[in-house]
This record gives sequence, C-alpha cells and structure tokens, in this order.
Amino acid sequence: MSTVLSATTVRTIIDLTAVRKTYATGAIAVEALRGIDVRIAEGEYVAIIGPSGSGKSTLMHILGCLDVPTEGRYELAGRDVSDLAEAELAHIRNREIGFVFQQFNLLPDLTALRNVALPLVYAGVGAAEREQRALRALDRVGLSDRAQHRPGELSGGQQQRVAVARALVTEPSMILADEPTGNLDSVASADVLALFRELHDAGRTIVLITHENDIAAQADRVITILDGEIKSGTSRSGEVT
Amino acid sequence: MNWLETLRTAADAVRSHRLRSLLTMLGIVIGISSVVLTVGLGLGAQDKVRSQIDALGSNLLIVSPGSSTGSSGVRGGFGSASSLTLADADAIADSTVAPDVAQVAPTTSASSALAAGTTNWTSRIVGTTTTWPQVRARTLTSGRFFTAAELASGANVVVLGPDTANELFSRGNPVGQTITADGTTLTVIGVLAESGATSTTSSEDDLAVVPITTAQRLSGATSTALASLYVEARSAGSLSAAYQEVNAALLTSHDSTSSSPDFSIATQDALLSTANSTNKTMTILLAGIAAISLLVGGIGVMNIMLVSVTERVREIGLRKALGATPSAIRRQFLIEASLLGVSGGVIGAVIGVVGAVILPSVINQPVSISAPAILAALGVALGLGVGFGVYPASRAARLTPIDALRSE
Repeated sequence: MSTVLSATTVRTIIDLTAVRKTYATGAIAVEALRGIDVRIAEGEYVAIIGPSGSGKSTLMHILGCLDVPTEGRYELAGRDVSDLAEAELAHIRNREIGFVFQQFNLLPDLTALRNVALPLVYAGVGAAEREQRALRALDRVGLSDRAQHRPGELSGGQQQRVAVARALVTEPSMILADEPTGNLDSVASADVLALFRELHDAGRTIVLITHENDIAAQADRVITILDGEIKSGTSRSGEVT
Repeated sequence: MNWLETLRTAADAVRSHRLRSLLTMLGIVIGISSVVLTVGLGLGAQDKVRSQIDALGSNLLIVSPGSSTGSSGVRGGFGSASSLTLADADAIADSTVAPDVAQVAPTTSASSALAAGTTNWTSRIVGTTTTWPQVRARTLTSGRFFTAAELASGANVVVLGPDTANELFSRGNPVGQTITADGTTLTVIGVLAESGATSTTSSEDDLAVVPITTAQRLSGATSTALASLYVEARSAGSLSAAYQEVNAALLTSHDSTSSSPDFSIATQDALLSTANSTNKTMTILLAGIAAISLLVGGIGVMNIMLVSVTERVREIGLRKALGATPSAIRRQFLIEASLLGVSGGVIGAVIGVVGAVILPSVINQPVSISAPAILAALGVALGLGVGFGVYPASRAARLTPIDALRSE
C-alpha cells in the first residue's frame, strides 16, 4: 500500500494543528485534548485507538464536525472548519463526512432505503434521484434486496451495512466509523471490516475509531491516543509521523 | 430539506405513534367541537327568537301598560296598572293624530277554563278587535274571524288557536261547535293557522280570540283595561315616526310626562335585542369554556411534543449528524405540532357538525352550522399547534448532536 505520499500529489483530507479541547464541568476544567496534530491523506485507512477516557471520543467529535476545538486549527478537505456556526457545520457533515456508529442509529420507522436516503434529504436532493442513489449505495454493500425492510427486520450485521450505505450515499470525503463493530458478533464484525477494506481499496478515506487492537490492526495506519495526546502514529510501512 | 419532505417526515412521526397522537389531539378535538357546537347553539337560539318575534307581525309596536324604568324594573305591575284603555286605541288609530299608524289592535288577556263537551282545557282568552288578524299577521285555516257587527254587539263567538282547537276537538271540524268559558257558551267560528314561530309550543298557538266586548263581559270587568296595544306602522320606514306619534298621543291623553310615562312602547327590534342579550351572554360563557378547553388542548400538544423531543433525542442527534441544520429540526417538530393541531381541529369540526345535525332532535333546540366559526376554529387549531409547538421545536433544534447521540 502506498499510503505515504507527498502532500503535493495526494490531497490532505484531515489536517489538525495543535488542537485542544477543554470542557468546563462546574469549576473544574477538563482537558480532553492537549494539543493534537494529525494529518490524514485522501485514500488512507486510519485507525484511532485508545482506552476509554483517552480523549478518543472527543477527537472523533471534532473530526466529525460534531464539535469544535477550543484551540487550534482543523482543516477538512481544504476548508478551515475550526470556527464554524452550527448550521455550517451541519452542511459540512452532510457533504464531507459519512458516519457509522456503534449503535447503527437507523430510524426504526423507515425502510432501509429511506434510511440510506436520509442524508440526501438534508442535501436537498430530489426524491427520484435520492431513491436511485440510495439503491446504488445499498447495492454497494450488497443489500439491494433488503431495500424495503425496516431495521427491525434486519440482522445486526445487515443493519450496520445499511448504516455504511447511508455513510456512502453522499460521496463524502471520509467515512468516520465510531466503534463500528462494538455491537456485532465476530462473524458480522469480520463482515463489516471486510466491507471497509473493500471501500478502502476502491479509494475511500476511512477513519476507524476503536479501543480494540485487533480491529485497529485492520487499518493501514494506527494512531494511538492516551490522556489527550497522541502517543504514536504509525503506518504499515513503520514510519512514525 | 423542503417543506413537502418535512411534512412527510412529520406525518410519519404522527402515524407511527398513533395512540399518542390521538390522545394529544383529544384536547383540541374537544375544544374545537365544543366551539362549533356552542356557537351553533347561540346562533340557533338567535334565529329562533328572531322568527318568534317576526311572527308577531311586521312593522309592529307593542304598547304595554306600566313603564319600564330601566334599572329599577317595571314601575307598576304588568296588569296591575290599568293605564291603557280602548280610548287610547281609538286615539292612536286616528289618522290625524298618528298618520304613520296603519292599524291598531287593542287586546285584553285573561286565563280561563274552556270546555267542549267533557273536554277541559285552560287557555288564554284574548279580547280584541277586527284588526287583530292583520296587525298580528295571522291567518285562519278554517271558518272566519269575527265581524265589526259581532264586535259591536259583543257576540258569543270565538276563534280558536290551532293548539287550543286540537286540545278541545281532537277530531272533527270545531267550526260551528260550541265551547263554554266562564259559564258562557261561545260558538266557534274559526280556527287560526299556526303562527310562524319555530317553537312548537308557542303560546301564540294556544289561545281563544273573542271580541273585546265579549271578553269584558266574560271577565266581569267594569273598566276597559288593556293588556297591550298592537300598533302596525304603515311601513318599516315609518316605524320610528309611528313610535313618536304613539308616544306623543299617549303622553297627551294620559297627562303624563315623557320622563315618567305610565306605559311603555317596544319595537320588535327592541324585543329582539333584549332576548338576544341573554342568548349572547350564554353563548359568550359557553364559548369561553370552549376556549379554555382549547387552551388546555394546546398545552397538551406542547406537553406531548416536549416528551416527544426527549424521547427522540437520538433521532434528533442522528439527523443532525447526517446534516440536518437546527432550523430543519425546528421545522420538523413545528410541522409535527401543527399537524397534530390541524388534525385535531378537523376531527373536532367534523364532530361539531355531526353534533349540530344530531343535537336538535335530542334537546329540541335549533343548532346552526356556521362556516365562519368552523374556519375560525380550524385557524385556532393550527395556531395552537404552531404556538405550542414553538418551544418544544426550538428545544429540539438546540440539542447538540453529541449530547443527543450519546444518550442511551
């Protein structure tokens, strides 16, 4: 895998510079992130690993534009997003990021097809095109025959694949997966991880957040976070960033 | 996200919680249906009163003895004062004194036991003159009214009201038969048609009309005290002129002053507004209660929407993560609340209309279906949904996606 490339040839998707995040809970200020520098290029498959309380979730929130850093700079796909208002962040999330959550987070009353099409609704895409693109995304994860099923009628692994299809449907800059196998048995986990590998091979940028080493090992590069700081960031080729 | 899509999302949410949506709407349903019904009842009662008063005759002035003095009630008892006499009637009927008066019908009134064979019936004996049918806009279904000669001679003839005729002569034609009243035998010469009043039990249909001379003999009265004087003006336009003339004529003949007359003159409009003022009070009272129930219904919508926001925190978080802006979320919940309001309003309006159709046969009260009231009620229902949806909607919009997604 040629993951280490110069920035001139491959676009940088994520560029975090000296990012700090402080939570004020009452009188005590908790420093969740204490100066994080991360650079992820287009097409990379990166795992961010750390125990609970390491700041891993906070980092995921900032990477996913669900929250903004207290200090520092975050450039996503070439745009500075460290200081945007909520509505603008919503648009960024919609266009640039495909989320995959541990809890799947599918809406139980909607069919798989309508769940997948949901981000397109907020992107302002017309109904006919939405359906077409959602079907294509479902086909991509091998579930086009389950389009009219509701989440309750699908297995956990299938639900997570629907969630992946939903993450793909807007053609985002990156897929941000937060413990995507946390609620799945080993077979379904392997299934979902294989899907990520497949997507990566097709050129997708994938950021996987996990606390399990063997899951993280699936990625090309593992970034370890501990106590709000990056302890190591390796690529498969062994280079430390 | 466009409005149609938002509407579809809201409709899905309302549909997927059917029971809860129905219970939420209940307050608004009850409120709107009771508004439609109370307004209908009020309007129905007004129509009824109007038709009853119209049935008295047209362009009518009603002169009563005693004076109404506004705040302190009626001075001199109605009937105890004997301030109106036949002389007054003659004076008013004089075209030089009162050129705008077309006709005058003086009446006496007394309750009396009537008997036809073995059938007894207590009714009202009205003594009057030959002008009565025309002034009171009454017609006869059979027979004839008494003549001037019969009036002059005090003939023992009687014209029965339709209800009285039915009570005394359950079968056969009463005309030509006899009844006794206070020991005097009277020959029935005619039967009145029903008055135009909508009420089926109007006293205007249960009476026995005799010449006023006969009535005085029956009651043994020595004076010619009248119960009322019905005065018909020449036209609707000359009604107020006639009022002035009658007033002036009576003041002169009674030698009383305009500040303390011993009679009172009512127009149909005055009677109508008096009757309607009580109706209006009732309608306002009932509408007030209905409005309170609407308010409670609106608060119910807000309550359920707040619960719904709390319950759907994850959904809101997810939608936000997928790119829903705060305003898209606000719109979604606002439309959901409006949808509840409008659906409740429509159901309430339908129940109200159905009630307005069924109720008259149950409580014997007319109920009008008022289109403006229904439209206003629907508008209020929509307003309630929007108004009470704003706070829950903005609470939903303010949720941060992290907090929303984190809750489990």
